[in-house]
Amino acid sequence: MSRYTPPEQSKAGQVFDIAVVVVAIFVALWLPLKLGLAGAAKSIDALDAKTWEALGQNPTMASIWEKLGYTPETAHDIIQNRFHYVIDWPTLIIMAAVLIGYFIFLFRASDREYRDVINEKFDDK
Amino acid sequence: MTIALEPAAPAAQGDRVSLLRVLGPAHVWALGVGIVLVGEFTGWNFSADKGGALAALIVCWVVGLLYTSVAMIDSEVTSTVAAAGGQYAQAKHIVGPLMAFNVALFLVFAYTMLEVSDAILLGDTIVAKAGVEGLTHNSFIAATIVVLAWLNYRGVLMTLNVNFVITAVAYISIVILFFSVSPWTQGAVLKLNELVTPGNALPYGWIGVIAAFQFGIWYYLGIEGTTQAAEEVRSPARSLPYGTMAGMITLLIAAAMTWYVCASMMPWEYLGITYYPLWDAGKLTGSPLLENLLFVATLLAAMASANGCINDAARAWFSLGRDRYLPTWFSAVHPRYRTPYRSILFLLPIALAFAFIADLNQAITFSILSGVLQYTFMSINIIMFRKKWPLGSIRRGYTHPFHPIPAIVLFCLCVVTFFAIFLGFGSQLIAMVAFYFLISLWFHFYRYKFVRRGDQFTMPWPKPQGY
Repeated sequence: MSRYTPPEQSKAGQVFDIAVVVVAIFVALWLPLKLGLAGAAKSIDALDAKTWEALGQNPTMASIWEKLGYTPETAHDIIQNRFHYVIDWPTLIIMAAVLIGYFIFLFRASDREYRDVINEKFDDK
Repeated sequence: MTIALEPAAPAAQGDRVSLLRVLGPAHVWALGVGIVLVGEFTGWNFSADKGGALAALIVCWVVGLLYTSVAMIDSEVTSTVAAAGGQYAQAKHIVGPLMAFNVALFLVFAYTMLEVSDAILLGDTIVAKAGVEGLTHNSFIAATIVVLAWLNYRGVLMTLNVNFVITAVAYISIVILFFSVSPWTQGAVLKLNELVTPGNALPYGWIGVIAAFQFGIWYYLGIEGTTQAAEEVRSPARSLPYGTMAGMITLLIAAAMTWYVCASMMPWEYLGITYYPLWDAGKLTGSPLLENLLFVATLLAAMASANGCINDAARAWFSLGRDRYLPTWFSAVHPRYRTPYRSILFLLPIALAFAFIADLNQAITFSILSGVLQYTFMSINIIMFRKKWPLGSIRRGYTHPFHPIPAIVLFCLCVVTFFAIFLGFGSQLIAMVAFYFLISLWFHFYRYKFVRRGDQFTMPWPKPQGY
């Protein structure tokens, strides 16, 4: 197999590629934050009666909350801020499909590239 | 002067500068535990938020099993593929260039976002301690990231010597706290029976336990970073397995002590949202000495972790440049300090930017996502490694036992963790995977043309079976 000689990349090309990578990193990490897609899916189950008993706290727990500087009123939003685990099947299926598709593409495309590497490395000898 | 390096470069290439082989097993331990130990000071406790205090304990042990598998697999592959970039170099030799490119990005994202989390924690901890109205964490975050980047710029030996000392101090503080609260006695300081009751141990049931896997990862995330030092340790075959396995044992003990003390001192609802579970535990003992010790230890753990993360992310980025997966400009080694200084400097503003726009649990989630993608790769990678080069066909520094059980366990636990991330952070996961998919297309169809094919395989191994 003939040895592959990659093209030399110009300085401008290198700068452009660096810019592409930087933009991609910021889009991947910043966009979910900007669109509100990042962060936990939690909501507060509000209670009318804001007492330690109503919040499900026994005397030991209540004493620790107070030691930490909380009252039933200020602790209410922490204690009642809960996850609501409902499995959204369409989203789960999309997530699984995206993940599986991604890994299949990775392994198949990598294997094609790997064969080039192995052929060049070992056929040269 | 050409400063793109090649570790196995012949002496004739005398104008090339290589990384220095100056590290021993203690440095490997310091790198791994230093990155991870901050997870005991913050982060792991968010698993109590997702599933309750008992769920946090269950995932502590089950995720410990996941990481034991990671450490076993990593020790075998890295003691054989000893090159900077760690899992990146493994992927390059075993799976192929595109996978290597992705693995390097997993590493860079996992470590950079972990560094961001550390800096936010450090800034918030100082602000909380100062209690001065109007004081923000921004200047502390910026100072932490810049000073540690400078330290990394100046040399790996000094960086990891500093890490060894501050990691040891932070670890000892957990041990001191543990023995100070009379762990053998309930009712005096520790009140586990009254805080974790049958009624609140698993507030969301078993689905909460699965959901807790997401932040359970934080107990140990980063231990695999030991492999990044592969090109700078004096004896990779000995130092890497010793350092990594010793680090894992250290962390399992620290995680168990941390859970026991914190769950016995705070209601799970508070434990699940505090940024400083161990510092809070120190405060709740009523001892100013313990409170201040845990405050300082929280800062040291955050610093050690950020320090190790800068070290690891820069080496992964540097490796991408060296192999032309990214512009070769990144592959420069400092002629005097022998560090990948351009990669260190390039990642600095990215870390700073995200430290200012993300909050702590978002940054942690970004890091965890990249980590779990990487572990999924590792479980498949070891199967391919053993298939392409069966035992006896090449010299391995270490051979892990019970193959393929650790790989299967790791893969199954990764699937569970993906589901856990879906429970609460699903949109973030899809967005991140979409990014990796698009950047992979960019690499495969455009960037790969700049890569020298045969040069990707640098190990003195026979041709892999099946090729």
